[in-house]
Amino acid sequence: MDVKTIKEIKLAPIRNGTVIDHIATGQALNVLKILGVNEYMDSTISVGIHVSSRKSAEWKDIVKIEDCELDQKTVDKIALIAPDATISIIRDYYVAEKFTVTLGDRVMGLAKCCNPNCITNKNEPIETEFVVISRRPTKLRCSYCDRALCNISDNLL
Amino acid sequence: MDFYDRDVVSIRDLTREEIESILDLSEKMMPYATGEKVNRVLHGKILGNLFFEPSTRTKLSFESAAYRLGCDVIDVSEMSMTSISKGETLADTIRMVDAYCDLIVLRHPYEGAARLAANFSINPVINAGDGAGSHPTQTLLDLFTMRQAKGSLDGLNVVLVGDLKYGRTVHSLAEALTMFGAKLTLVAPDTLQMPDDIVNHIKEKGCRPVKTTSLEEVMDKADVLYVTRIQKERFPDPAEYKKVAGTYRINNSMLREARRDMVIMHPLPRIDEIAPEVDASEHAKYFQQAFNGVPVRMALLCAILGGEL
Repeated sequence: MDVKTIKEIKLAPIRNGTVIDHIATGQALNVLKILGVNEYMDSTISVGIHVSSRKSAEWKDIVKIEDCELDQKTVDKIALIAPDATISIIRDYYVAEKFTVTLGDRVMGLAKCCNPNCITNKNEPIETEFVVISRRPTKLRCSYCDRALCNISDNLL
Repeated sequence: MDFYDRDVVSIRDLTREEIESILDLSEKMMPYATGEKVNRVLHGKILGNLFFEPSTRTKLSFESAAYRLGCDVIDVSEMSMTSISKGETLADTIRMVDAYCDLIVLRHPYEGAARLAANFSINPVINAGDGAGSHPTQTLLDLFTMRQAKGSLDGLNVVLVGDLKYGRTVHSLAEALTMFGAKLTLVAPDTLQMPDDIVNHIKEKGCRPVKTTSLEEVMDKADVLYVTRIQKERFPDPAEYKKVAGTYRINNSMLREARRDMVIMHPLPRIDEIAPEVDASEHAKYFQQAFNGVPVRMALLCAILGGEL
């Protein structure tokens, strides 16, 4: 059995749904958190953590979720923690759409500021806003209090 | 430089050239700030002075600056006296006050409050200090005082001492001084050192600050000694405050090591960081610094409201 076949056995193809590939190693569980995975989920989800990548010599995580297509807000959140992730929409076993997530210059309403004294944490009628100050690794700065956002995955809304 | 109708929320919003233009205008304001000359260039304008946190110098100097230019002032001094105590959001308060005045000055206990105010207000907003965040007009008057004392801001050796963690004035000041190629020495107990976030920011701008806990070691190198109060009210744990209170106390014997033309500054209020005996020395500039709040704020009000000197 060649390596490709073994890989397919590890993470079986899906008929309909979404494949989130090239997730930085260790971030798959955070992607599941973004997807809102819990015991009430109807979809079948396959998770590969620390799997080899055909594209490069590096390792990656991969998540496959059946019968589900992601909305833009979910894709934007994934871009925050996995900026190299690719999203493939699968319909009847074929890749109907494929794209790489993109992180804009500003991040609106996707995360909360980690500064408890920031005005955005005080019940004001405003959306949180962060400026992207670094993309590799992802670093954000709150547009209100100027504080760098610590631990992005723990502060996602 | 065109400051007309602009918000001043953070010192990061200003370039070196813009800072210099405000300092130049502040210089021209000096005879008007002292009352030696009279100018009513902002007659008919109204300043909304919203102070939701205690302040003496900042509030009074904004009022003085406004009155010296013929501008009227409406003000709030306590949060308990406003509808915020009834549960009104700051956003709503700002939209309401915005309708009553031409410019809002805001002091608020929460970081980012001034940015929020600027987003909701049609009229310009000046940040007069938000929590442990920014206090850009303090930075401008600090720079003005240094330039006045030393002739130039370029390449100064500035020692920042005291509470560098919670002290908002030193955060903005360190960033602004970096624009002028200052050499910064950060003197504080380890628990009160400058936040990494700020240090990284100034490093990105080319400054290589030196961190130490010993003021004695660096006293002889300073052109400017900028002293800050260790702020009891910003400590989440009073026990932590007790461990560091009174760590640095400047007195005349310590100043024997200092350069003759070294100047001591302090944003005030002071508790026991500077002994009263130092007040009479040539080094002491902190009361001049407090006065300089008036010409600098006059310059800002004038530039933002479109007054011509």
